[in-house]
Amino acid sequence: MNYLAGEYDVIVVGAGHAGCEAALASARLGCKTMMITISLEHIALMPCNPAIGGPAKSNLVREIDALGGEMAKNIDRSFIQIKMLNTKKGPAVRALRAQADKTSYHLKMKRVIENTENLDVRQGIVEEVLKKEGKVRGVITDTGAKYFAQAVVITSGTYLRSKVLIGLNSVSSGPQGQMPANKLSENIEELGFKIFRFETTTPPRISKKYVDFNKMKIQPESKGKMQFSFFDRIDPYPEKQIPCWLTHTTEKTHDVIKKNLEKSLLISEEIKGAGPRYCPSIEDKVIRFPEKKKHQIFLEPEGWDAQEMYVQGLYTSMPEDVQWAMLKTIPGLENLKIIRPGYAIQYDCIDATQLNLTMEARHLEGIYFAGQVNGSSGYEEAAAQGIVAGINAALKIKGKESFILKRSDAYIGVLIDDLVTKGTREPYRMLTSRSEYRLLLRQDNADLRLTEKGYQAGLVQEDNYKKFAQKKEEIENGKKFLGSITVNPNKENLEKLEELGTAPVKSPTTLAQLLKRPEINHEDLKVFNYEIINYDREIIEQVQIQIKYEGYINKQLEQIEKFNKMENRKMPANINYLEIKGLSSEAREKLTNIKPHSLGQASRISGISPADISVLMIYLEQLRRKEKMK
Amino acid sequence: MDSDTITAISTPLGEGGIGIVRLSGKDAFSIVKKVFKTKNKELKSHKLIYGKIVNPEDEKIVDEVLVSFMSAPHTYTRENIVEINCHGGIVPLRKILELCLKQGARMAERGEFTQRAFLNGRIDLTQAEAVMDIIRAKTDAGREIAVSQIEGKLYDKIKDIKEKIVGLLALVEVNLDFPEEDIEEVTVEKIKKSTKEIVAEIEEILETADDGIIFREGLKTTIIGKPNVGKSSLLNALLKEQRAIVTEIPGTTRDILEEVISIRGVPLRVIDTAGIRKTKDVVEKIGVERAEKAVRESDLVLFIVDAKVGIEEEDRTIMEMLKNKKSIFIINKIDLVDSEKVEEIIKKIDERPVIKASFKYGSGLKKLEESILNLVFKGEITPAESILINNSRQKGSLEKAKKNISEALQGIEEEIPLDLITIDLRRGWECLGEITGEALEEGILNKIFSEFCIGK
Ligand SMILES: Nc1nc2c(ncn2[C@@H]2O[C@H](COP(=O)(O)OP(=O)(O)OP(=O)(O)O)[C@@H](O)[C@H]2O)c(=O)[nH]1
Ligand SMILES: [Mg+2]
Repeated sequence: MNYLAGEYDVIVVGAGHAGCEAALASARLGCKTMMITISLEHIALMPCNPAIGGPAKSNLVREIDALGGEMAKNIDRSFIQIKMLNTKKGPAVRALRAQADKTSYHLKMKRVIENTENLDVRQGIVEEVLKKEGKVRGVITDTGAKYFAQAVVITSGTYLRSKVLIGLNSVSSGPQGQMPANKLSENIEELGFKIFRFETTTPPRISKKYVDFNKMKIQPESKGKMQFSFFDRIDPYPEKQIPCWLTHTTEKTHDVIKKNLEKSLLISEEIKGAGPRYCPSIEDKVIRFPEKKKHQIFLEPEGWDAQEMYVQGLYTSMPEDVQWAMLKTIPGLENLKIIRPGYAIQYDCIDATQLNLTMEARHLEGIYFAGQVNGSSGYEEAAAQGIVAGINAALKIKGKESFILKRSDAYIGVLIDDLVTKGTREPYRMLTSRSEYRLLLRQDNADLRLTEKGYQAGLVQEDNYKKFAQKKEEIENGKKFLGSITVNPNKENLEKLEELGTAPVKSPTTLAQLLKRPEINHEDLKVFNYEIINYDREIIEQVQIQIKYEGYINKQLEQIEKFNKMENRKMPANINYLEIKGLSSEAREKLTNIKPHSLGQASRISGISPADISVLMIYLEQLRRKEKMK
Repeated sequence: MDSDTITAISTPLGEGGIGIVRLSGKDAFSIVKKVFKTKNKELKSHKLIYGKIVNPEDEKIVDEVLVSFMSAPHTYTRENIVEINCHGGIVPLRKILELCLKQGARMAERGEFTQRAFLNGRIDLTQAEAVMDIIRAKTDAGREIAVSQIEGKLYDKIKDIKEKIVGLLALVEVNLDFPEEDIEEVTVEKIKKSTKEIVAEIEEILETADDGIIFREGLKTTIIGKPNVGKSSLLNALLKEQRAIVTEIPGTTRDILEEVISIRGVPLRVIDTAGIRKTKDVVEKIGVERAEKAVRESDLVLFIVDAKVGIEEEDRTIMEMLKNKKSIFIINKIDLVDSEKVEEIIKKIDERPVIKASFKYGSGLKKLEESILNLVFKGEITPAESILINNSRQKGSLEKAKKNISEALQGIEEEIPLDLITIDLRRGWECLGEITGEALEEGILNKIFSEFCIGK
């Protein structure tokens, strides 16, 4: 029995990182939105590592921020440590990472959601997505509540038919003892989605009280104030931060693992989902890299005053007693106590190649998917898809043009294009090496790249947009300024240059030209009594990067120009690929399945050859001419 | 349409040895202007202009040519087109093509000029199908070519280089994407070493890559020398039969004699001539004149002296004749003298390959054959008439890859951060031509995950 409980524009199923961003985006764009979650206590839960950011991931977080999303602001309000990584490397891979207070992160996000206009939240398990006349019409929960909606966004994370594995035990359960969503999984299959089985592993949490930190290396925060969001300053900025700790496994640890291998369901291969290669279990590492005598282990606190410490690097699904035995062999953990054991979780996800770049399913109007259910992994990856799905669900209802980020615009664009065009056979994690235009998609310029787009879509607030416009102007002025001041080769200047340890100038040289020299920084220019005064560090940073790396930036711009030529050739949705003579049969099949929206996207589908692309070009031209004749 | 510039040899070598290199695209004019020197001040569209193709790197003249610059849109492809007509044979034709590739043109795919003509509205809709057929055929032809020996070898070497670049990128990328892992640290020294190796390897391939020429007609090879030095003996030895009359009487061969032989698949048209000497004998005189003419017309000359006789005045005349010819110097009858005498002779001749031989007893023949093949495959000699299998494409790719990898190396030396260096490395990889279905990103990740223990 069910009853009609309400009617919404958009319903978001799930309240993880994808769900939160999707629901907020939709509601903020003025759609009546409801978020349904299995547990209100688990809104924006971080079931795995207590950190947000890192290489490529920090770019995602800042892109979400530039578009008007919440993740950056929320971690800024709840971090216990923040750090800039890769500082010795170049600007393209510098990365911010924060350790979160998990409880605080959850609570703060919950408050934001509760206080957002147009957004309702309720607890419940969605069991069925309703369909009417080939379109999605709403959902039904386990308690019989029926909700109508024009769009449903599924952000079910790892909850679909999930199974938790510890040792040889396998239990039907979501993360951290949550209820799994079994019926929804079946329903999704019935709706015509192909299901894959993925798996991921999480390490044990141990009690801080029993750790001997004297045997470990301290991992402090970076110096100076840092934050993710471009817009809201953290106020007050935390006075102190909490360190992480570094230790390592020993040969004894490895012996324990080797002796107990048959006690792991995963290793004994009885049931195997596709696990991520970048995040192998400690069992895997010991087997695959026998020559390594120790592996790094980081201890990360899960909150300001939390007892739990996350044992980074010790992903395992060994039986609990073996986990104890393993942990004891690690320097500093001789007397440890486990709070929660590590476990592996297996879950259903869909084949994301069935989606459009808007995250909407191709064969069923009104249903969107975002997050781990699409085969990605990571909070940041989930949130990035969530915001795009939320924006698109809302824009479509409002009859507006869809919102698509290209590979040349953002890591979000790379992420979605990879998932939707190529698909993934393992949990997909964002890496900077996945981006062809890494130098342009930096974390420091995400606002410059995307604020305009977020504003056009309607998600960026007016005052934030103004701040952005001003920043842009100041950067331009700063660049002009440095280009307008010249250093003449007189005695005084030559001495100053020598002092800076750089070659003399032979003719009048601008400060901008000097700044291009690898050994010269903006700081150094002060000796000529010039500096870009009154500007924020952020602006100076932009001016410096843009001038210093101009040559490389131009190389990438050139590549993007080429890329865009192909991207801008749109493929009509109604092409019958089976009819096109000259395409290989593999190409026909793949193109029919994926229905690329541009020639560029078509060229990235595996198995599509340059010859197929030439044929498509000719076919498009034929179409165009026939069109013209009409 | 705003597209890149493509080039190809459009007429391999027609009547009278004229070949055409054609370019189409927005940079066609500027590319050719970099290598074309003419006295004409104005380059009128659609007019033949006389001038020289000059290699901008060493200022050497490649060939005298007639060039027509044709401005868009009144051209076959509706883009700017340049046609370079050259008559100097296959070597300059290829050289010109390679220069155009070096200056930024891309080797055209088969049928690509026609494809552009269609895409730019030059060809009728009804012909679209025909264009698609050409494109389809291209993939099959591509396979065929890769199978051919000359191309196949180069293809394999390029694959090796690509692998090396991926390996290097994986090492760099793993350090960038996994900063806190305890993995092999990438040092500037290590990258410098690897990039240097890659550049050196590309250079080596470029140097040794044979010219990809196969022969329809044999390589015209003339045997020359004073009477009685053993010319006819050499012909017989090469033929492995007693074709020419051999006697101890000088002047036995009175007229030229031609035979076709094959050295490991390379066909040679070998011409035995009358011995060259000052003579009053009319018949022999005519023979000598013919010998001189044969030398002028030949691709390669085998010049023999008798070890026992040494170098005499006539030999100096012959050497004068051979000044601008590819030739191999042979000292025959070494069985009759001691090695000091042979060395004395060698001292007296200028730079060219020298073979010590005794054709009567069969020694030196192998060395000679190898020496001939060497010259052919290094591209130092090419017959006037030949068919060309094109490996200019690969060579062009290699040149561009070399440029990018060298830029990476330069960047490292200037202490540019590694994430920027990868831009050039990746571009280098991309230059090496795409093989269907190969994605660089996937290649790098596979390498990372198979070779590094990652897991934070
Ligand atoms: N000892 C010795 N005799 C040789 C050798 N090669 C050729 N002869 C002899 O030298 C003589 C001349 O050889 P040909 O091959 O007829 O010389 P040619 O250069 O063709 O002479 P013309 O046709 O008269 O110009 C013959 O008697 C050969 O047997 C060699 O390597 N060693
Ligand atoms: Mg003779």
